[in-house]
Amino acid sequence: MQEYLPLFTKAMWLTLRIGWMGILLSIVIGLVTALIRHFNVPVLKQITGIYIELFRNTPLLVQLFFMYYGLPRLGVSISAEACGVLGLALLGGAYMAEVFRSGLESIEPIQSESALSLGMNHAQVMRHIILPQAVSTSVPAFIANIIFLLKETSVFSAISLMDLMFTAKDLIGLYYKTIESLTLLVIFYLIILLPVSIIGSIIERRMRYAGFGA
Amino acid sequence: MPDLGLEVLFKGINMQRLLEGLWVSMRISLISVAISMVLGLLLGALMTRKNPVIKVLTRIYLEIVRVMPQMVLLFIAFFGATRVLGIDIDAEAASIFVFSFWGTAEMGDLVRSALISIPKHQYESGAALGLTERQVYYHIVIPQTVRRLIPNSINLITRMIKTTSLVMMIGVVEVLKVGQQIIEANRSSSPNAAFGIYLTVFVLYFIACWPISMLAKFLERKWN
Repeated sequence: MQEYLPLFTKAMWLTLRIGWMGILLSIVIGLVTALIRHFNVPVLKQITGIYIELFRNTPLLVQLFFMYYGLPRLGVSISAEACGVLGLALLGGAYMAEVFRSGLESIEPIQSESALSLGMNHAQVMRHIILPQAVSTSVPAFIANIIFLLKETSVFSAISLMDLMFTAKDLIGLYYKTIESLTLLVIFYLIILLPVSIIGSIIERRMRYAGFGA
Repeated sequence: MPDLGLEVLFKGINMQRLLEGLWVSMRISLISVAISMVLGLLLGALMTRKNPVIKVLTRIYLEIVRVMPQMVLLFIAFFGATRVLGIDIDAEAASIFVFSFWGTAEMGDLVRSALISIPKHQYESGAALGLTERQVYYHIVIPQTVRRLIPNSINLITRMIKTTSLVMMIGVVEVLKVGQQIIEANRSSSPNAAFGIYLTVFVLYFIACWPISMLAKFLERKWN
């Protein structure tokens, strides 16, 4: 099994690199999209609405196939790695947007109205009243999304990125090393995902202040 | 207008083949959904028990499903079962098994959180008003649990439908695989088929999932 460790380590770095780049981008896309929808920006609101529905209702694998094999036919060539990052970012952005938006919407208007009547300005209301609660309520869904996106990276092998799945499938196909490959596959995914799951639960517990005293 | 490679859909029975491929995906997801819903209800009820053994076991089960990509589970069920148990499990059966294993955990968690979301004072107020235990469940607990549960479980259905696209990776001939075959077969006559076919598959999945998502959203808004 040891001889395959370097292969898997290398594959893990690829998964991590693409995964976290995609996730970071998806947070940015999600934030921008959520703000556009929250503040009812005309035209952009409709476009982001279509974007969210399209990407939430189709599988990442199909999105990647379309981007990687379909688009080059029309002259738009994207490298496999860029496809992976972009695919994950667009999928994640649609999910993150919903998380952030429902966080913002979870605070009843009476709270900002009360704060305004107490003499706070809009920036202060955002900073002291809305954001702390919005962040707190979004945390569980946010962490669930990060785990979901890290798991989704397992489809990258379909666009011939040499990730963990690709390496495992290769070893099974070439050398019939089924048990060794599957064991290493599980171990490496645990290395990637268990810390996120554990740290996520800790953060979730510490951020659970919104709604207390309600 | 550039050649979008859509004409390949109208050659022979290509469109019909794609739809048949979609049906394979749908069949796998619908069977898994049905199994998951039933087992998930049982699991969810089981998880509200105070028994520590049950608590630890269900926690481990849930955590495995939470952190393991479905693709890894598929590989284990498909390649691992053949190798370790020596049984030649067919790819579609392996997929149904894995998706039910995964869906049951997700559904169980939804059921559990719906059950514990009913505050204790509701049971007590019901009892104080003179309702029997059965009446409390029938008129107070179950209607609220169901309202919290149904939108989330409908969302789980769309997630399961989307995840079935993975089964092509263990060799099930579903819509994406059929698409690949059509593209290969028409490589010289319609070189741009990859665009048209994958766009069609994208749209097909969207048509399958979007109405279900809309229903979940509608019910959520109606009941909140």
